[in-house]
Amino acid sequence: MRDLAQFCNPYKDDKAIDACSLFGMMDTSGRRFSGKDIIKAIANMHVRSNGLGGGFAVYGLYPEYAPYYALHLMYMSPGARVEVENYLKDRFKLVQAEEVPTQPTPGITNPPLIWRYFLEVIPDRTGGKAEDDYVVEKVMEINTTVQDAFVFSSGKNMAVFKGVGYPENLARYFCLEQYEGYLWTAHGRFPTNTPGWWGGAHPFNILDWTVVHNGEISSYGINRRYLEQFGYICTMQTDTEVVAYGVDLVVRRHGLPVEIMAAIFASPFWSDIERRPEKEQKLFRTLRQVYGSLLLNGPFTVIIAHNGEMIGLTDRIRLRPLTVGSKGDMSYLSSEESAIRLVCPDLERAWTPMGGEPVVCRLKTAVESPVAAKKTRVSLP
Amino acid sequence: MKTYLPARFIVERDEARCIGCQVCVNQCTFETHYYDAGDDGVHSREENCVGCHRCVLFCPTRALTIRRTPLEYRENYNWRPEVIEDIIRQSETGGMLLTGMGDDKPHRIYWDHLLLNASQVTNPSIDPLREPMELVTYLGRKPDKVELGPGSFDLKTEMAPQVELQVPVMFAAMSYGAVSLNVHESLARAAAEAGTLWNTGEGGLHTKLYKYGNNTIVQVASGRFGVHPQYLDAGRVVEIKIGQGAKPGIGGHLPGEKVSAEVALTRMIPHGTDALSPAPQHDIYSIEDLAQLIYALKEATDYTKPVAVKIAAVHNSAAIASGMVRAGADIIVLDGLRGSTGAAPKIIRDNVGIPIELALASVDTRLRQEGIRNQASIVVSGGIRNAGDVAKAIALGADAVYIGTAALVALGCRVCQQCHTGKCTWGICTTDLALTKRLNPEIGAQRLVNLLRGWSLELKDILGGMGVNALESLRGNRLQLRGIGLSDTELEILGVRMAGS
Repeated sequence: MRDLAQFCNPYKDDKAIDACSLFGMMDTSGRRFSGKDIIKAIANMHVRSNGLGGGFAVYGLYPEYAPYYALHLMYMSPGARVEVENYLKDRFKLVQAEEVPTQPTPGITNPPLIWRYFLEVIPDRTGGKAEDDYVVEKVMEINTTVQDAFVFSSGKNMAVFKGVGYPENLARYFCLEQYEGYLWTAHGRFPTNTPGWWGGAHPFNILDWTVVHNGEISSYGINRRYLEQFGYICTMQTDTEVVAYGVDLVVRRHGLPVEIMAAIFASPFWSDIERRPEKEQKLFRTLRQVYGSLLLNGPFTVIIAHNGEMIGLTDRIRLRPLTVGSKGDMSYLSSEESAIRLVCPDLERAWTPMGGEPVVCRLKTAVESPVAAKKTRVSLP
Repeated sequence: MKTYLPARFIVERDEARCIGCQVCVNQCTFETHYYDAGDDGVHSREENCVGCHRCVLFCPTRALTIRRTPLEYRENYNWRPEVIEDIIRQSETGGMLLTGMGDDKPHRIYWDHLLLNASQVTNPSIDPLREPMELVTYLGRKPDKVELGPGSFDLKTEMAPQVELQVPVMFAAMSYGAVSLNVHESLARAAAEAGTLWNTGEGGLHTKLYKYGNNTIVQVASGRFGVHPQYLDAGRVVEIKIGQGAKPGIGGHLPGEKVSAEVALTRMIPHGTDALSPAPQHDIYSIEDLAQLIYALKEATDYTKPVAVKIAAVHNSAAIASGMVRAGADIIVLDGLRGSTGAAPKIIRDNVGIPIELALASVDTRLRQEGIRNQASIVVSGGIRNAGDVAKAIALGADAVYIGTAALVALGCRVCQQCHTGKCTWGICTTDLALTKRLNPEIGAQRLVNLLRGWSLELKDILGGMGVNALESLRGNRLQLRGIGLSDTELEILGVRMAGS
């Protein structure tokens, strides 16, 4: 089995530590727009990263291939591509395979070969598994067994573009101004204990879920041990991986709404819970009792996205920044307000959410959840 | 027979300070001090001194000093003074050697080889004076996941009974009869005030203390002393005692002299008779028998209380604990090698069982490997001395700890290991009414509450330093621990890395 930790965490620290700049923008009407603005915004927070990692996630990217899983792979050797392509052909119907267009860019050195594949799951090949579970299993298998290959994006109608370098340079490298999506997130990375490798950059992705993350989760040790009980193997030893698997467990496998997920990751204090109406007390108390080991404690801001939804969340005492802006159908999440104002000088609203209070941006066309508008956390006086 | 045992202590009486008030004579139950009317002086029988310090602390003129007898044997690592004196004692009595308190041998104390982490730069520490710091802990079985009604926030999951602790430190089982009613009352009142639990031990619950039932763990042990429906109903948790760290595999024996009228009433046995607890529970000879008792107690209490099962930490604790969880235990209690007792054969106390740190680490690891860690809380006991030990136990995977010796020390105990004599000068481990009134339960409760408050503040400082503000972020978080001076095998069992790595 391949040890991904040797790339992510070569000094075998408890985990990879990094800090970052985050930006997310979404048109809730579903209108697709180019990456021009988000590149400008993330470049404005240049000093929050150190050139050792950056990346973007784009949703609504491949409408012509929307029903297919879009696997994006990086190859560190040509032989790996042959091996992976044979592997994929045996297990999926390969609808389309192409190299991801790139252009030589100063500051981007030693890039891997990057390809994308549009795949259809063949129903009788899954052994009775749900399609998503089947894809997750195959992604994990490639990432842990094939030398020199790494799946870094595996959702439908979306993609992640990431690598080593400043995010604005990576955007140029991947020609992101030419892509369009209705939801973009971006990340500039400042790792402190890793040399940075292309697969270790953010966004972190599994299926169509992406996470960009700023922070260091001090509860990492127990979060990881908790997730291991459910079969998640934390191969990358990063906080972001823990967030991503936590999302997958709570939202996909346990079927809980994102507001509940936020109340698990950044749970209200016991004293706050006691001030709630009785029914809510019982709910939040139960959540903490059951998911206490998944409380993400320590400084973090995350932007979690999947098809149709973008969620911003900080730790419960907001030790890392998050600013929200909105104008018309546009919603923005950013580490710094200045980055939002740079791309949208006439914002209608800009505010800083309370620690642990999730900001949920949803496509208007999506079926509105009955609880969508309800805040899950009272504002402290 | 003339004894060949040397006196262990020298009692020095400063004649210039002694006023002949005889406080020492009255305070010492071991008859170390006596008054001689002949010379109108107070003198000592030093061979009786056990080093309990009662006389030193109560002498109004501080005239007394107790020192170890400087009796040098020829150096011999094998034939140490204790070994020699144990042989002498047995050759004079022909019996098993009895003792009190926990193992006093220099077995490795792993707490002292574990170091805690703190945050610097990349994640900030949190100031507990400015930010909330949460120690609240819930003991009891947890489901694998929470379920809500379709498309709503309506909770569908029904939780098994949970018990809330304001501080993850409870008072360990010490039975009425072994300790006095005033000790029980001190523990009960302190538990109620501090928002934690105390444990009756196996001697039943005095009717005077039923009002503290909401903070009481009622124990069901092999002797079934004082177990009846009202007793079970009174408690917040029911604990089945299988074993005890001080004497794994061994039963108990409360001598008839300690079975006073009140003790007899509470234990439901005749006044003055010996109270014998068999080594095994005579209805538990297998794991399925344990399951039957667990469910019998759950039925008897209408599934309103968690049922705990307490075992001594022994070699295969991990496998046993896994069986206990599958048998329906909601709380697993592990009592380690250094766990205390009111009386135990010395040879058992000092040679049987394993350190709690290793048992805890292996049980927590095993339950996680099997995916059933959430189905039971883990409580550990046996030598927990301070908030540092508590924090390390939580980081290794404990939900909460029990303290026995530490609680008694707060009440005055000097760990002189004479519990089995029934002569406790501090009025703790005795039922002699003249002695038990030396402990005022109001003051006792205050001292215990103060102790828990002090530890709580320290735990909050430790959490804040690590950059977390809730105890559940430390629980099982072994990355917050590093080992020092330990072998690779020890580190592997503890699941921690070497300091500096």
